[in-house]
Amino acid sequence: MNNSKTDKLILLFNKVLLSVIVMIVVFPLLYVLLASFLEPNALISKGFKINTSDWTFEGYKRILTDGTIVKGFMNSILYSTGFTIVTVLVCILAGYTLSTEGLVGRKIIMVFFLITMFFNGGLIPTYLVVRDLGMLNTIWSIIVPNAINVWFIILARTYFKSIPKELKEAARIDGASEFKIFLKIVFPLSKPIIFVLALYAFIGQWNAYFDAMIYLEDRDLYPLQLVLRSILIQNEVQPGMISDQLARAELQKISEMIKYSSIVIASLPLIVMYPFFQKYFEKGVMVGSLK
Amino acid sequence: MKVASKIKSQFEFIKQNYVLYLLLAPAVILTIIFKYVPMYGATIAFKDFSPIKGITGSEWVGFKHFTSFLTSPNFMEIFMNTLKLSSFELLIGFPIPVILALMLNQVRRAKVKKNVQLFLYAPHFISVVVVSGMVFLFLSPTGPINAILSIFLDKPISFMSDPEAFRTIYIWSGVWQGAGWASIIYVAALANVDPQLHDAATVDGASLLQRIWHIDLPTLKPVMAVLFILAAGGIMAIGFEKAYLLQTSMNLPSAEIIPTYVYKRGLQAGDYSFATAVGLFNAVINVILLVFVNQVVKKLNEGEGLL
Repeated sequence: MNNSKTDKLILLFNKVLLSVIVMIVVFPLLYVLLASFLEPNALISKGFKINTSDWTFEGYKRILTDGTIVKGFMNSILYSTGFTIVTVLVCILAGYTLSTEGLVGRKIIMVFFLITMFFNGGLIPTYLVVRDLGMLNTIWSIIVPNAINVWFIILARTYFKSIPKELKEAARIDGASEFKIFLKIVFPLSKPIIFVLALYAFIGQWNAYFDAMIYLEDRDLYPLQLVLRSILIQNEVQPGMISDQLARAELQKISEMIKYSSIVIASLPLIVMYPFFQKYFEKGVMVGSLK
Repeated sequence: MKVASKIKSQFEFIKQNYVLYLLLAPAVILTIIFKYVPMYGATIAFKDFSPIKGITGSEWVGFKHFTSFLTSPNFMEIFMNTLKLSSFELLIGFPIPVILALMLNQVRRAKVKKNVQLFLYAPHFISVVVVSGMVFLFLSPTGPINAILSIFLDKPISFMSDPEAFRTIYIWSGVWQGAGWASIIYVAALANVDPQLHDAATVDGASLLQRIWHIDLPTLKPVMAVLFILAAGGIMAIGFEKAYLLQTSMNLPSAEIIPTYVYKRGLQAGDYSFATAVGLFNAVINVILLVFVNQVVKKLNEGEGLL
């Protein structure tokens, strides 16, 4: 019985440690949220003795009046939506075909795709292809080059394999064409997988900055993440955000608030959506791991 | 005869199901253009690429660019930075999700477990720009971390300009963002353990730790093996994105890694051939590591590997 006593102690320790870990994960997020409404210095120096008078929307106001972030936000919606449509369509179609039993050349085609998971031409050669296709500085450079996602194809294929083939055979006997079978029978049944892939694609593109950084030059085309990068990392608070003559210290404070507020604005859509979609994310990971 | 009839029936299949191949066509075409053409384009590593002559027309120069990289004074530094950053990341980042999953598995109440997971996954959905931005804000001389440290220290620490601190910052911010999400797969594997195994072991007098060691951990072993090989295979392909964002002119001595170097020499300085050679060198090391780790894991894992 000595054992069960130590066991209980371990379980208690486990609970405490997990609580601490959750706090470590959540605290920075909470801090950002609070700091976007409060003067960052007030949060540090006053701690829990914050007055209602310390609340301010100054950061948000400046972001919205400047418009750079708003513009980036709209661009990101456009890019993410476009990318999601293209990549989900292409990968679902490929996954469906590869799930067909007895498909001639299935193995070779799978290897053809899988090779690209381990080998690629690298940054510069890929850039040269995009450049030579005349896609630089256009939305296509964001949408098309990464539209193929081998992992998505595998996910789709696994899903389609679970659709009973009797359904398709019945339709075939009734004289439906391959295309009609896909459109009328398979497609309506594939909403869950389309939803999961669309979520992944949208979020992935929403959070991406790298392709935009190398392929886009025109600032008007910048997605949100690239605008954020200039504000947060390169410390370029837009002149439109701070136009008034302010003392240095005041300026520093406001630019810091702008930073915290822009983090909140950029992450809000995902954080709000996230609890509703959590189980779909998990589903995606699980199916993916089955192979 | 047999072969001929097989080919004939295959031909028949393609003819009857040509629509299927049409559905596959966009994926194949995009893969050729954006994956295989660049693989061919990587030959410029062995050429002196001239934009006028194009990839095919440029002259072959053999291993010139490779030698010039390998003999350059900063080669050793960049190479070791890449290796250190990624292997430390692997050594710290790999076991934490496993431990986290084992801990989560001990939470009995399903609802509590769900909520804890909900919190732990959240940072995964934040962009790398935002995470890097948070790192800069939190660690700045006027940021909250320094505000807390000011109780003990009289001078703020300038974390982001300290080469010594770069790896720690990179790795632990990665753990903060990714460990929860990475634990999903282990949590799922643990959910498949037959509860009767645990009951039987308890009756036999096994303690909690013994049961974790002898029942839970062996369940995770195959999953761990596969994920470890994949992670180790990506060791040199370490994330360009965050390293680039977290670089400052001051922490560069430890923050410059091969992928960021390729970007700077290639796209910023226009040194296409040289940068491609560096990238190719990196990719080759990567493949060697992948094969090597696969062999080691196979030995440790009773012949079960990925390749």
